[in-house]
Amino acid sequence: MTGEHQTLALLLFSAFVAVTLGITTWVSRNRRGSAEEFYAGGRLFSPMENGFAIAGDYMSAASFLGVTGLIALFGYDGLLYVVGFLVAWLVVLFLVAELVRNCGRFTMADVVAARMRERPVRIAAGTSSVTVSVLYLVAQMVGAGSLVALLLGGTSEAARDWTVIGVGALMVIYVSLGGMRATTWIQIVKAVLLLGGTVVLTALVLVRFHGDLDRLLLTAAERSGHGEAFLAPGLKYGGDWTARFDFISLGLALVLGTAGLPHILSRFYTVPTARAARRSVVWAVGLIGGFYLMTIVLGFGAAAILGPDAVRGSNAAGNTAVPLLALDLGGGAGSTGGTVLFAIVAAVAFATILAVVAGITLASSASVAHDLYASLRRRGGKPRSEVAVARVAAVGVGVVAIALGLLARDLNVAFLVGLAFAVAASANLPVLLYSLFWRGFTTRGAVWAVYGGLVPAVVLVVLSPVVSGSPDSLFPGVDLQYFPLQNPGIVSIPLGFLAGWLGTVTSAEVPDEARHAETEVRSLTGAGAA
Amino acid sequence: MQQSKGRPRTAGAGQESSAERLDGHGREPTEDAGHLRYDDPWYDALASGWGESAGAGEPVPAVVAAARREDESRGAAADVYLEVQRSAAFQEVRRRYRRFVVPACVAFFAWYVGYVVAATTAPELMARPVAGAVNVAMAAGLGQFATTFLLTWAYARHARLRRDRAALELRWDTQELTRGVDGGAS
Repeated sequence: MTGEHQTLALLLFSAFVAVTLGITTWVSRNRRGSAEEFYAGGRLFSPMENGFAIAGDYMSAASFLGVTGLIALFGYDGLLYVVGFLVAWLVVLFLVAELVRNCGRFTMADVVAARMRERPVRIAAGTSSVTVSVLYLVAQMVGAGSLVALLLGGTSEAARDWTVIGVGALMVIYVSLGGMRATTWIQIVKAVLLLGGTVVLTALVLVRFHGDLDRLLLTAAERSGHGEAFLAPGLKYGGDWTARFDFISLGLALVLGTAGLPHILSRFYTVPTARAARRSVVWAVGLIGGFYLMTIVLGFGAAAILGPDAVRGSNAAGNTAVPLLALDLGGGAGSTGGTVLFAIVAAVAFATILAVVAGITLASSASVAHDLYASLRRRGGKPRSEVAVARVAAVGVGVVAIALGLLARDLNVAFLVGLAFAVAASANLPVLLYSLFWRGFTTRGAVWAVYGGLVPAVVLVVLSPVVSGSPDSLFPGVDLQYFPLQNPGIVSIPLGFLAGWLGTVTSAEVPDEARHAETEVRSLTGAGAA
Repeated sequence: MQQSKGRPRTAGAGQESSAERLDGHGREPTEDAGHLRYDDPWYDALASGWGESAGAGEPVPAVVAAARREDESRGAAADVYLEVQRSAAFQEVRRRYRRFVVPACVAFFAWYVGYVVAATTAPELMARPVAGAVNVAMAAGLGQFATTFLLTWAYARHARLRRDRAALELRWDTQELTRGVDGGAS
């Protein structure tokens, strides 16, 4: 890309960084470092603010860059992702949001541990939360990498690596200085920017086709070289039965995973009541649904206007379809309009990545400090130090995510997020649902449910074609591939539920009626909620 | 834990009436009585900067205390929760919640899994044209969006009209009962 692009995009992006750093220092000007403040932003956000923040947390680079790229390359099969991402919110709304808000304080482990022997359950739930967060972070880092590769000309490996490192460093600053309050405001700013950018691009695509969606779809189908097949399922996941099962597996992971994502769960603690949590989910569903409808248009628009070859030429996984589309919609390479639009989209995508990364880092540092450290440390430490631990944990999580992000740079972002969802659905969802709804659930059941989902999910990923044994895997030279599917969900999610059930029926522990009553009463009424 | 949030009801309503109130609420709030008379001070949207100092004097050990409450008061508080759980008012709230959520979950999950399975196993069916460039697959995908929006709206409405008020009263009643047990210490 030309120097103009770079300068403008970097300028806009620096403006975003400056504004968000300003927010961070402003909200932390009189911070007292209480846990309430750091993890939950004082619990005083309004449903609308939190709805925007949830949408900001959820509309990651995976959706903006990854999904549009998949639609541009594979047509309808990319759209299947979007449907899963959205329908998942019904699980969150119906079964999780209000109840978790009422029962917990800062993390998912709070909800589970309230009924059980605290230590083992907290360690298990904390471990799985951190694992999910790190996987999700890797996806965002890869998105940042491919974006900058496009921006700086595609071949500069060093620039790419430094961007990933820079993004990681910035997020650590946001999180450790500003805590939840700064992170929430960053999400809100980012959600507004992202939605604004998407609306503009969608409008331009529609103008290009004179508002005729039919023609948009037909042109996309024609240029794709697949004809009608482009608009029907099967291009990516229609081959053999392995591919089909892979897709069903992914579909399950997407719809069940959202409710187990730690950074989404922690958002419900930033509002004062369960009712506010519900209303923020309603806001979020509206915003996210609208956003995904627009990404469908953008994806097919990229296929119709650019053609899959141009998309693939820039990034084999399709991650750069949207910025390229913006360049074309603004008037093509070299024109002022194209330059400006491209720069805006690139900056928005950066902002998106940065904000999501901050949200996840915060959630995982909360898990480390509030669940793992609080359970593993010796009794009698000062509670205040927990926040200090969380700040340090943010740095540690950042380093791990940067390292893995550099390693995984050639995988599609949406696909990587699919893995994070699978682990969340296998390890976090069963234990959460069991402890909210099952009277007879015991400590052993809880611990087994977590590890029974987490271990198979992670092991199956390691043994899958993602890691080794195929030309596009992380380590193409090694062959450890024993599991044919790329997404482990179809096996590991049932295993998580099964292990929880098995652990419960085999344990000698008598389920505590009274504590179940407490969980049930608190979850549905909000009595005693923090 | 419940610092300021229990305030609205502490004034007039004494311990003596709370047990009756639990049972007395078998007759539900009617549909329309709903949202006008909330006592909940948090009911309205709050500006997020509001109440900066709300937690200033807050005892930080609450983090620990909430989870590992002392055993003695634990026993008594547990009785309160069991009592509330068995009350008709609570069971009504729970019944209403489940009667919406269970069928709705089954419905959307079946519809979604059906959609995914159809997309992978019956591509010919999904490729059948409906109107213009739109085929069955496209219509079904957009249908998923539509049902998600619809169910979200229906759930929010159901909860607002049928559950919120009763749940809120139960909340204050329960908190008052547990406070009596804990000697106001919680």
